[in-house]
Amino acid sequence: MSAIERAILALLAAMATASLLFLFWGASPVEVYGLLLARTWGDAYGFGQVLFKATPLALTGLAVSLAWRGGLLNVGGEGQLAAGSLAMGLVGAAMTGVPALVALPLALGAGMVAGGVVAAIPAVLKVRAGAHEVISTIMMNFVVVGCIGFIGRQGAYVEATVHTAPIAPSAAIPSLGIAGSAASWAVALAVCAAVALHVVLARSRVGFDVRALGAQAAAAEAGGVAVARTTAGLLLASGAMAGLVGASTVLGYKGYFEDGLGSGSGFMGIAVALLAGGRPLAVLPAALFFATLSHGALAISTLVPREIVDVVMGVVILAVGLSLAPRQGAAR
Amino acid sequence: MFGRQAIAVGVVVNLLLLAAGLGRPSAEVASDRVRVGLVFDVGGLGDKSFNDAAHIGLVRAEETLDAQISTVEPGDGSDRESALRQLAAAGNDLVIGVGFIFTDDIRRIAGEFPDVKFACVDFSVGPGDPPPPPNLLGLRFREEEGSFLVGAAAGLASKTGKVGFIGGMMIPLIQKFEAGYVDGVRAVCPTCEVSIAYAGTEPKAFADPTTGKELALAQYGRGADVIFHASGKTGAGVFVAAREKGKMAIGVDADQFHEAPCCVLTSMVKDVDVAVYDTVLAVATDKFKGGLSEFGVKEGGVRYVFDDRNAAMWPDGARERVEALSAEIAAGLRTVPTVPQ
Amino acid sequence: MSGTLQWRSVGKTYGSVVACRNVDLVLSAGEVHALVGENGAGKSTLLSLAGGEASPDTGAVSVDGDEASGPWTPTVAMANGIGLVHQHFMLIPPMSVVENVVLGREPRKGLGLDLEKAAGELTALAARVGWTVDPWAKVSSLSVGQQQRVEILKVLWRGARFLLLDEPTAVLTPSEVGPLFEVLRRLAAEGVAVAIVTHKVDEVVHVADRVTVMRHGEVVARLEAPLTAAEIARAIVGREPLPPPQVPRPQGQGGGLVVRGLRVGRALGPVDLAIAPGEVLGIAGVLGNGQTELVLALAGLAPDALGEVTLGERPLDPRGGAAAAARAGVSHIAEDRLERGVVREFSVADNYLLGHQRRLAPSGWLDFGALDAEVSAALEAYDVRPRDASAPIRSLSGGTQQKVVVARELSRPGLRLLIAAQPTRGVDVGAMERIHEAIAAAASRGAAVVLVTSDLHELRALSHRVAVMYAGRIVDTMDVSDASDLRLGAAMTGAR
Repeated sequence: MSAIERAILALLAAMATASLLFLFWGASPVEVYGLLLARTWGDAYGFGQVLFKATPLALTGLAVSLAWRGGLLNVGGEGQLAAGSLAMGLVGAAMTGVPALVALPLALGAGMVAGGVVAAIPAVLKVRAGAHEVISTIMMNFVVVGCIGFIGRQGAYVEATVHTAPIAPSAAIPSLGIAGSAASWAVALAVCAAVALHVVLARSRVGFDVRALGAQAAAAEAGGVAVARTTAGLLLASGAMAGLVGASTVLGYKGYFEDGLGSGSGFMGIAVALLAGGRPLAVLPAALFFATLSHGALAISTLVPREIVDVVMGVVILAVGLSLAPRQGAAR
Repeated sequence: MFGRQAIAVGVVVNLLLLAAGLGRPSAEVASDRVRVGLVFDVGGLGDKSFNDAAHIGLVRAEETLDAQISTVEPGDGSDRESALRQLAAAGNDLVIGVGFIFTDDIRRIAGEFPDVKFACVDFSVGPGDPPPPPNLLGLRFREEEGSFLVGAAAGLASKTGKVGFIGGMMIPLIQKFEAGYVDGVRAVCPTCEVSIAYAGTEPKAFADPTTGKELALAQYGRGADVIFHASGKTGAGVFVAAREKGKMAIGVDADQFHEAPCCVLTSMVKDVDVAVYDTVLAVATDKFKGGLSEFGVKEGGVRYVFDDRNAAMWPDGARERVEALSAEIAAGLRTVPTVPQ
Repeated sequence: MSGTLQWRSVGKTYGSVVACRNVDLVLSAGEVHALVGENGAGKSTLLSLAGGEASPDTGAVSVDGDEASGPWTPTVAMANGIGLVHQHFMLIPPMSVVENVVLGREPRKGLGLDLEKAAGELTALAARVGWTVDPWAKVSSLSVGQQQRVEILKVLWRGARFLLLDEPTAVLTPSEVGPLFEVLRRLAAEGVAVAIVTHKVDEVVHVADRVTVMRHGEVVARLEAPLTAAEIARAIVGREPLPPPQVPRPQGQGGGLVVRGLRVGRALGPVDLAIAPGEVLGIAGVLGNGQTELVLALAGLAPDALGEVTLGERPLDPRGGAAAAARAGVSHIAEDRLERGVVREFSVADNYLLGHQRRLAPSGWLDFGALDAEVSAALEAYDVRPRDASAPIRSLSGGTQQKVVVARELSRPGLRLLIAAQPTRGVDVGAMERIHEAIAAAASRGAAVVLVTSDLHELRALSHRVAVMYAGRIVDTMDVSDASDLRLGAAMTGAR
């Protein structure tokens, strides 16, 4: 069976499972799918929301893809994006009176630095102590969420709320103005990031080192790749990429950091990267696909309960994973 | 070969499933019915308290007012606004957000959809906030009054002279419960000790039964024999602890007797269902007015529960004492603090 | 015809590559039949087709003259007495020998397994062949040679009458090869039909009754005993084999490689050695006596190395990484090509780039123009076929892959030290000639060469001096003219 046949089959299976669940609940699958499409790609607001939701997924998908190409699995996107978002909210709020040309890069830079710092601990543990990055990055998620709650209580949040003070207008990323949707020019940032990552991976020496390391570490080492340095740098860069998520949620939409803002994209980014096969340019359509499901889920939740929608999402991710599993018996 | 056949089978199965749903009646839009949309908070439906109470009010409106209802449970925080907007754009006459966290979003959406009516349960108004627009009704409850009454019940029912309070997230809204409860205990039992604990400072403190149980066990361990919780799903842990220890607990928002039939002394019922139902009724009868609507003891928006099921736990004369205090509040003879003293 | 396995006009293509075309071959009970030819000539494909792992595009495989009615799957092939032993073993390391052997056809006793019975049968079978095995030993604790025995016993226990071995000697030390061949001869005498795929002409002369020579997917010669090495080599490459290249003796001394007191963990050292520019030092020894560690240390890849290494009078850090070593003028043809030599998923061009990425990206951005020019020149110079720089390297035969590696390593500007570890292992005769020529050329351009090899012909043909390693040390060093079998053998077994 070819890879494409497997992918088609997996999606058919996912769709059949979803249809069965809808029928079981008493909803017509045609109606549910119709509503899902109408409320996402079928109207301007829905389309804007899909773009809005795709932006964090693209950024975390790129973060996971980048690490993955170098042979690392970064599952710490949740913590990295939360730290980055908080940093953007705080720096953005401090930018009152600062011109946008300075304020915006500073806020974005703060997010990247914060995301990178969160990834730095697993990076050091990996190259110094050999700790597996899956364990250490996932643990960092809990550490970061705890720290953010603490920092918030210590005065980072506006009193009696769970959000920071509003950012200065000069640090805000302008809305795209699509029918009042939350989509902002942060979408362009994600597209640029994908293109940049693609070019760096394909055409630069560092990108070559990363690809060699991910494909076969022993051969890369024998070929002069500095394994420890590249590994550490890769995790930092991946964390910084995830730290950019706040550009869409904090700077482009809410105007402040709120507890839990953007959470979930860190884990969904893994599914996005998986579907994209770690290829930066393929991350964009993959992010749109999952964003469509995610916003569509909101639309159809008037017809079917949230839990069924969650199950459908899970089935889709499972099907994608299965269709990409390494084929057996294909070797000569 | 196998792949092609499998795909063909898959397509046929999918088509059959799609066709299977075609015969079902779909929800058609009827112009003469009042249409109401309601957005729960993230993970709210099924909390057996606040969100569920709103749902009950909505379902009652569907049954008795023939309202056409739809509900949305957002997947994450950024979906709240999106869900409100979706329901507003879908032609609903009334869109309701359940929870103080909707305050900012619902204000913004109400401005964008002046022809749609909005209501927000526990709408929060800070000092200096502008009044809500004319198409937005903020439903507010004087939780401190109901909390005062169950506090009095706790003070009368306690044999150890020690009672407890467990809040969810430490915010002014929940501190209103605390303030009223403590004042109620003191009104009937000036020497009683009240232990205070909160489950946390993040929203998940409303959905953390494990912490709820730990806090309750600690308070029971220190001698408390009645605990009032105002903590959403976290309260489930308080009831577990009450059942384990055979001590008394007080429910919140809805009548939570069934959570621990052995042990629930009473519940501070916040009639969110009544508020929701009344709002739908107002829209259906063209009597809707924006602004703020307060529900206290006088309006019947907050109350305590006393009935055949829990009467045995009340000492003699306690019911009469609490009733008298309730009448005092309703008559405006007693004011209850909203901030812990 | 009973006791025969027959390939009848079989053809098979993988994508655009013709693996074999219209091949007729009969394997009969009682014979040892060698399949030889250059890499990619189609030998392994024939075994896969017989084993049911691939199905032929044309023709068919039949046993005892009967073509199977249904599809020829691995299960059907096994039921027909075909036992296929791969070059890469299909064993589960944490499980015991007997568990591995019975895997998939476990003898039942009630609901449980009857491993005792199988273990008894296995021990008896091994004794008949002339081996002793512990059925309860874990596979992970066995040497490669012992694991190969388990693989062979596994197929025999399952009733194999046709034993097909894909490059069985590639993983063995020279001392393990002889005993394996004795067993194969004994099995043939008992009526088993044995087919082996090999590159080594000497082995064929030793063990085979009949030889089938393949080239480009077709049978080009069928030879019968008595066989001569020259005749077989001629049939494989299709011409007279070249004489080994002559490496002129180095003139000057000094400025080459000097190693003092080099240690790597407990596996190596202390080792002292010196190689003049233009000199080839051959390193002999049974595998696992410190050669791997020596090679890695000289390549800068031994983080736990101690001692002093200088190259051209400048220090060379054995812990400093491959990039620093490359800057010092070190090239490294890795011992394990598929693990360290090439990135299997990369194209030919990207594999060529590996180790040159700094030189070819002075600004940080890769200079694809320069890369393409160098790769095309290298493919031409080494006659790499196809001349397709974008082809995935794993689509090439082992010998062709190795030619790319050698081309890459010898293209380093300022080459001072060439480390060639098993440079022609698993490589066909034609590629071997080209690689030997390249190593000789590097030496004559003034590079010091360390040649680690277990092929004594290669050792003698290229080296000026020979050092023998045993237990992590150099136990004997001699001029190549003194490197007799007797002296090497004694040193390699630690007898002196």
